[in-house]
Amino acid sequence: MNQDVVIVGGGIVGCAIADRLARAGVAVCLVERDVLGGAATAASMGHLVVLDDDPAELTLSSYSCALWRELAPLLPDNADYRTTGTLWIARDAAEMAEAERKRTRLAAAGVNGELLTAQQLAACEPALAPNLAGGLRVAADAVVYPPVVAAWLARRAVAAGARLRCGVAVSAIGDGEVVPDDGSRLRARHIVVANGCSVPELLSGAPVRRRKGHLLITTRLQPQVRHQLVELGYVQSAHGEASESVAFNVQPRPTGQLLLGSTREFDAPAGSVTPRLIARLVERAVEFLPGLAGRTALRAWTGFRPTTPDHRPLIGPWPLRAGVWLAGGHEGLGVTTALGTAELLAAQLLDLPLPFDAAPYAPGRFTSAVASHVH
Amino acid sequence: MSTDVRLRVDGVEVVVPAGCSVAAALRLAGHVSTRRALDGGGRGACCGMGVCFECRVRINGVERLGCLARVADGMEIVCDA
Repeated sequence: MNQDVVIVGGGIVGCAIADRLARAGVAVCLVERDVLGGAATAASMGHLVVLDDDPAELTLSSYSCALWRELAPLLPDNADYRTTGTLWIARDAAEMAEAERKRTRLAAAGVNGELLTAQQLAACEPALAPNLAGGLRVAADAVVYPPVVAAWLARRAVAAGARLRCGVAVSAIGDGEVVPDDGSRLRARHIVVANGCSVPELLSGAPVRRRKGHLLITTRLQPQVRHQLVELGYVQSAHGEASESVAFNVQPRPTGQLLLGSTREFDAPAGSVTPRLIARLVERAVEFLPGLAGRTALRAWTGFRPTTPDHRPLIGPWPLRAGVWLAGGHEGLGVTTALGTAELLAAQLLDLPLPFDAAPYAPGRFTSAVASHVH
Repeated sequence: MSTDVRLRVDGVEVVVPAGCSVAAALRLAGHVSTRRALDGGGRGACCGMGVCFECRVRINGVERLGCLARVADGMEIVCDA
């Protein structure tokens, strides 16, 4: 079977790319070894957030969030798209100064943020602890239920002519072909590898490392929260190289439940829940939301984020294999940046004007190291 | 020594054997559905061993699993968890 493009991986990134290319008239086949929107997509919080601590991350996330706002009216109800906004919380004067710098950086990218004093923060979210210094409210940020959106994007791709093969694992990538484990061959001019943490299984030496996270969801009798709440120290946790870190990150679900994150662990191969880390996650959350103490947790689970050494995704041609493209390594921002990733990859693949400079995300930034590793 | 305890379920007094679980007490008192799912459907004790979380109720103001709690005299149970 021949097509223009085969996409390996039906997470939200692969589904977004399939949708983008299929609607451009490209003959696409999307191959997913398990279910659409499983793995990292299903384990994620679905927080659509503009992050600004790296200029390239700011460009990609703000561009993507604008695409999400355009898409939102088309999404089905069970995608649970809600403009909760993000409330970045400062515990002290130093973090309040960081909130101000964040507001300035976001404003430069056209994203509005509103600084809140301690009193305004308390009025905005009365369930927060009384000893906090203030915060930054980014009203346009949103949340979404990622597995539903991934499947919806894939269905829209199929409606535009894409082929979808679920339950088919890819064992290798050959010259101009993808080799599924069912003995078939999928020939294509272009192959897009978008299988998250499994990228190195198909592209030897691709710099993607798994970083485990825990999430926990409560029952419905909880403190009332309106915004996605994130501590300003979150970025140190996300971009630090500590083998283990915990940051306060809470999302109100439409049901009245609270979704609690987030932990980060390198070198934790097992997918099991670690009670010690759940305890740290809950203790951290109670520092910010004292009313959580003594409440009931319904369920906890884990997932793996695909990370790169510089915490930027890999979007573009893989220089070591002609016709092979990468869209992966998004760490905790894969849902936020899926739509922008699809736009940037499609522009490169179809030779269209780029929405923004592709160089910061080019997989080639790592390939000299990979080449010496491979040969 | 009495082998019965008195407790209140949604404000109504019921008498149940001492030593039974709250989930069992609710069933004995005729409450099969003890909470509501989001779609309005009834939910009640299913596994009876602390796994399914379907039997959660408020006991003396605190949300707990009915199957893992023992009845006690004067207990206030509210089926709104």
